[in-house]
Amino acid sequence: MEERELRALVGQVKAGTLSRRRFVRMMVGLGLTAPMAAQMLAAAGVAQAQPKWTVNPTKRGGGGLVKALWWQAPTLLNPHFANGTKDQDACRIFYEPLASYDPDGNVVPVLAAETPSVQNGGVAKDGLSVTWKLKKNVVWHDGKPFTADDVVFNWEYVMDPGTAAVTIGPYRDIVRIDKLDSHTVKIAFKSPAPFWAAPFCGAANGVIIPKHLFQAFKGDKSREAPTNLKPVGTGPYKFVDFKPGDIVRGEINPSYHVANRPFFDQVEMKGGGDAIGAARAVIQTGEYDYAWNMQVEDEILKRLEQGGKGHADIVSGGNIEHIQVNTTDPWTEVDGERSSAKTKHPTLSDPAVRQALNLLVDRGSVQEEIYGRTGIATANFVNAPSRFVSKNTKWEFSVDKANSILEAAGWKRGGDGVRAKDGKKLKFVYQTSINNPRQKTQQIVKQACAKAGIELELKAVTANIFFSSDPANPDTYSHFYTDLQMYTTTMTQPDPQRFMDQFTSWEVSAKDNKFALTNKTRWRNEEYDKTWKAAETEMDPVKRAALFIKMNDLVIQNVVVIPVVFRPRVAAISNRLRDAVQSGWDSDFWALAYWSKA
Amino acid sequence: MYKYFLRRTLILIPVLFGISAVLFTILVMAPGDPFEELATNPNVPPEVRMNLRAKFGLDDPLPVRYARWVASMMRGDWGFSFVSRVNVDTLILQRLPTTLVVLGSAQLLAILVAIPIGTYSALRPYSIFDQIATTLAFIGFSLPTFFTGLLFILLLSIHLDWLPFIYRSDISGTGWRWYWEHIRQAIMPVAVLGLAQAASMTRFMRAAVLDVIRLDYVNTARAKGLSEGVTLVKHVVRNALIPVVTLVAIQIPTIFGGAIVTEQIFRVPGIGSLLITSILANDTPVVMAVTFIFSILVLVSSLAADMLYAWLDPRISYR
Repeated sequence: MEERELRALVGQVKAGTLSRRRFVRMMVGLGLTAPMAAQMLAAAGVAQAQPKWTVNPTKRGGGGLVKALWWQAPTLLNPHFANGTKDQDACRIFYEPLASYDPDGNVVPVLAAETPSVQNGGVAKDGLSVTWKLKKNVVWHDGKPFTADDVVFNWEYVMDPGTAAVTIGPYRDIVRIDKLDSHTVKIAFKSPAPFWAAPFCGAANGVIIPKHLFQAFKGDKSREAPTNLKPVGTGPYKFVDFKPGDIVRGEINPSYHVANRPFFDQVEMKGGGDAIGAARAVIQTGEYDYAWNMQVEDEILKRLEQGGKGHADIVSGGNIEHIQVNTTDPWTEVDGERSSAKTKHPTLSDPAVRQALNLLVDRGSVQEEIYGRTGIATANFVNAPSRFVSKNTKWEFSVDKANSILEAAGWKRGGDGVRAKDGKKLKFVYQTSINNPRQKTQQIVKQACAKAGIELELKAVTANIFFSSDPANPDTYSHFYTDLQMYTTTMTQPDPQRFMDQFTSWEVSAKDNKFALTNKTRWRNEEYDKTWKAAETEMDPVKRAALFIKMNDLVIQNVVVIPVVFRPRVAAISNRLRDAVQSGWDSDFWALAYWSKA
Repeated sequence: MYKYFLRRTLILIPVLFGISAVLFTILVMAPGDPFEELATNPNVPPEVRMNLRAKFGLDDPLPVRYARWVASMMRGDWGFSFVSRVNVDTLILQRLPTTLVVLGSAQLLAILVAIPIGTYSALRPYSIFDQIATTLAFIGFSLPTFFTGLLFILLLSIHLDWLPFIYRSDISGTGWRWYWEHIRQAIMPVAVLGLAQAASMTRFMRAAVLDVIRLDYVNTARAKGLSEGVTLVKHVVRNALIPVVTLVAIQIPTIFGGAIVTEQIFRVPGIGSLLITSILANDTPVVMAVTFIFSILVLVSSLAADMLYAWLDPRISYR
């Protein structure tokens, strides 16, 4: 996908021959994010669609209690300490960001009066600053007005290293925030920021806390703030009660800044238990109205849905189950570490072997037999299809092709049926975490590989250890001391720049950095590095999209990873609940103020 | 007697130290990191995690960490949770009432079921009633609570739709409705725990009554013309209860163990479910505090059992 073709598509949307939603889907199919796609359209002057709600009440309240069930319970209510989505969601009931991302990736103003753009002068042409106009007459739950000072304070609060805020990511790129007047702030960036809607936007990083209650608790004292447990925000619900690890309750905010919202008088978010139980409580018995993150086999979901009280809502997000192919040698120790960047994998360094492996992963069967609606076969970690028509996938499963590729490259079958060349056998160790669908996937891949003369040894590690960050444990995914490994990587943030870090040469995970960096495959490619750097400062969204697609191509062509299934976000929603749409790019509660019940 | 009590209490102190040292070492050496999620989130720079680890003292060597823990425990400071950053004592106090209510009612239910059934079985050994009671008791203690819990949910909540299967600690409403809702949601967890307890207790009660009922003083009581009821209550059951009471005391820690599982199944927000989530999140201070409380409970209840025994049966004396 070249820049020229992308421009043509944007033109089609502008002319009205291609629907906005379809364009966004295509871009997501290319490994881009919906917010990026929306940005491309905005830059071309295509008017942004406002989210539409099916119910538009004429008065506030009257809806009673809405009950949500999170099978992992929220544990804290300070958004700047909230790393897990469960905590971010709980915070989002009370706190709000300047803007949220809707399912199509649009930046929807919440505490901002309007979305900044180049056209309205909000976004500087050089990308060095963005100006946000704040909504007037917004008050905190304690009656104090919300002003530009609060926005500036949040940046200072997060940047103080003593605070140890997990939201720091996008704020590090800010050089200065000017308060232009009581309700206008200008954010200046260190270098051109193509994705300016990262700080102060979305539930994961952007939620704003009140200055007057937190200014005494910045830095090292951050833990002691009483407001950490009793949030005072601007959101549709006021805080009532919180028991960490159990329940959060809120009641209607009578002075909420959106007219006639919210509909429900109280909200309750109960946590704990397991995903299947949660699905049952919403879909089968109707005890609850909404449940998050249904990691439940599709077969079970379908059976529960027959009861008719609720359904599974499936939207695309950024999670991909993929297999990583090691580029270094995991079986030789150099300077006290295996999989050292100084080594080269003896057999996987042959492109033919990688190509063959790619052909041997039967994504179709994995989807059909294991994941169903909750895992869609994909070639697209990052893969660009050569033509747009096949808008998503172009993966192939062919044992014959794999065989002929290997044969042509000189890998001959030995007496045991395993191929070898120069005395080196095609025997690999394939690891993943213990999780039933993953073990089934391993089996499917193993069987196909056996037919092509590749022997796989399967290894399954307890999830607690596999995903731990312990630098002393050789079985973690970040050590990657095997030939192949499989897990789901999540791209929760709406801009892919940080996500694509994981293939740059300066991010190679190694002993020196306690295996904390993101490049687990240890793949290094100069062209990729250059493209990544170019994208970092490229202000034209279309050009930037083309750069990301190029990065995607590089990773897929070199078979650095083999995407398996794309895992959409699944929520269980009561059939009576209206407008509880998931965003895919933001918290499940991004539109909580607009929820209603039939 | 008092000397004995004092001695046993003093022994508790080194024992608790030993237990805490072992627990702490195991917890610290176990794989996992409370800030693991930060490591897998590409949006959070690794410095944040390093910073948090340093701030919460996770990078210090084991003896230093243990000494710090003991020192703050001495001052009555239980530390704070790495995950919710709330003080551990607050977290536990928040959840203790729920656990006590559920466990207390379960225990009460067990006693109410076990004593009459056990006694009656012993009065008519090998009758049809006894056979049925024995069979049910065996089924009761061979089924683990996590299994009976799921069975109850499937039958009573899903199939019949009578009871809610998610326990809520805050129920709105006042007066009768409030009590009713609480009772309704507590039925299943209490029944699961209580019946499991009742099963073994029934067997115990039956054996104890069988032992007592053959004794001479029971015959004497009957011979001097006491009614069957008075004989039974005043002379048989009362004496048969002595071993049962100690059994109840000794079993308290076991009940807490069962509660951990039951709380998880029914989402009862007690300290058992707190323990499980904290273990999964590698939240060392909370795990440490809860397991420590459990071990204190074990020690204290075994001490209490010994003391009770002496008090109930004057023939036994400690020196």
